Amino acid sequence: MDDRVILRVGTKILTPFILIFALYVQFHGDYGPGGGFQAGVIFAAAFVLYALVYGLGNAIKVLPPRVAYACGALGVIIFVGVGYGSMALGGEFLNYSVLAHDPLHGQHYGIIGVELGVLVTVFGVMVSLFYAFAGRRRIES
Amino acid sequence: MSEGVLMAEIVDIVLLILLAITGIMIIRLRNLFAAVMLTGIYSLVSAGLFVVMDAVDVAFTEAAVGAGISTVLLLGTLALVGHQEAEPTHRPILPLFVVIITGGILVYGTSQMPPFGGPDNPAQLHVAPHYLEESEHEVGHIPNVVTSVLASYRGYDTMGETAVVFAAMVGVLLLLSRGPLPKRVFHEGQWITVRPGETREELEAEIKAGGPVGIEATPPPDDPVPPDRTAGEGDTHG
Amino acid sequence: MTALGLFNYWAVIVLMMVGFYTLIARSNLVKKLIGLNIFQTSVILMYVSFGKVTGGTAPILVEAAHAEEVGETAEAVGGVGAEVVEAVEVAGEAILYSNPLPHVLMLTAIVVGVATLALGLSLVVRIKEAYGTIEEHELLDGPS
Repeated sequence: MDDRVILRVGTKILTPFILIFALYVQFHGDYGPGGGFQAGVIFAAAFVLYALVYGLGNAIKVLPPRVAYACGALGVIIFVGVGYGSMALGGEFLNYSVLAHDPLHGQHYGIIGVELGVLVTVFGVMVSLFYAFAGRRRIES
Repeated sequence: MSEGVLMAEIVDIVLLILLAITGIMIIRLRNLFAAVMLTGIYSLVSAGLFVVMDAVDVAFTEAAVGAGISTVLLLGTLALVGHQEAEPTHRPILPLFVVIITGGILVYGTSQMPPFGGPDNPAQLHVAPHYLEESEHEVGHIPNVVTSVLASYRGYDTMGETAVVFAAMVGVLLLLSRGPLPKRVFHEGQWITVRPGETREELEAEIKAGGPVGIEATPPPDDPVPPDRTAGEGDTHG
Repeated sequence: MTALGLFNYWAVIVLMMVGFYTLIARSNLVKKLIGLNIFQTSVILMYVSFGKVTGGTAPILVEAAHAEEVGETAEAVGGVGAEVVEAVEVAGEAILYSNPLPHVLMLTAIVVGVATLALGLSLVVRIKEAYGTIEEHELLDGPS
């Protein structure tokens, strides 16, 4: 462990920037390239990097697998919830125009909600997949 | 303007040739570790190609997913299954023949395709102009049309994709969160399931010592195995 | 018609056949999945090629934000806002955008592709654990 100082320090410096960049990609997705899918993957990449350098045990302390699994399901619930929310307010399923008084504002809120759902699902799924493969015991023989 | 278009086309051709070379090298390499690293390079080059073809969102995703996450997953698998591919048992004449014939038919099919990049191609004429011109009035001030199509016009599509990603996670967790399956040993043309509590080496030694002893007629109760994968129906016992 | 003609489609077909060959000729299951990945990328490339318009730009609208900004600056400087906004908007109308629809479809396909790749890899891991090999010919005819 001692001979990987550059990796460890570099990871420590980079991780917050990766997380911030993921949030930038998420919220700037309306104005430039980006969105929930990319942001979720980048957010997950920060945790994968941390796990690769500091070991799976430490990463699990930061983000327990149960939380990652729950994120995977929560995002789908957020997405479908936005759809049912617009139904409850009198529109069709996933018709965001009814979410606010001004249809265009409603559309914007709906898109933000849906992108958030995508972010949470993709993040949870990517981290869970990494945990599943990295946590598997090496096969003997 | 036309100079820029020409430059873009040259870059496009160079990147496509690079992609083809990388793909062929991936086939030829027998070291799976090297092949996986080349897969990452392949993804990165194709991301560059997507930028040249104006698909910046696709390029972003490909760079993050293809060069990042999927390389890590492939490396994680290689750590579990080993990284050397076996030598081929026979020359791949038939697959080569099939591939060349299929490719030839597909190339013949492209003779009917509209030219690359034409603004009047059928793909450009139906909903795309509507998205580009009306999204500002229908979805609001979201300059990135890809986002407004993804989240608003085709919200059902994206919801389905999100659900598929979630379902794939459930599948992987179901497969990988359980303990190891009962091992199998190959004997007389069949895979024989090792009994619980016994190692593969013990069963191999038993078979070597005296034929089909200790072969399970039924799979272990806690782990159903398809019947055609278990040995010992009738002939070995009767 | 550009100099590129149908070259893009042919390159896509070459890549597709590279992936297809890996799928049917190689017996290692991980190599097969890599071949499937190459195949998938070639299909994505094909869709993105459909969406490309020569001389076009990425489908991120520039006129609205740009016109507002230019108009505000111009108004602050000295009262020619309306004409400038008008001029910039006319220029914005003339901008050629590539087709956003294939981008949307392929964006989601990439993420779904990595999820299904992970599913395939987990099947490979289980096969290795049970049979001790991931070579197709050994799985069919026994370890050599």
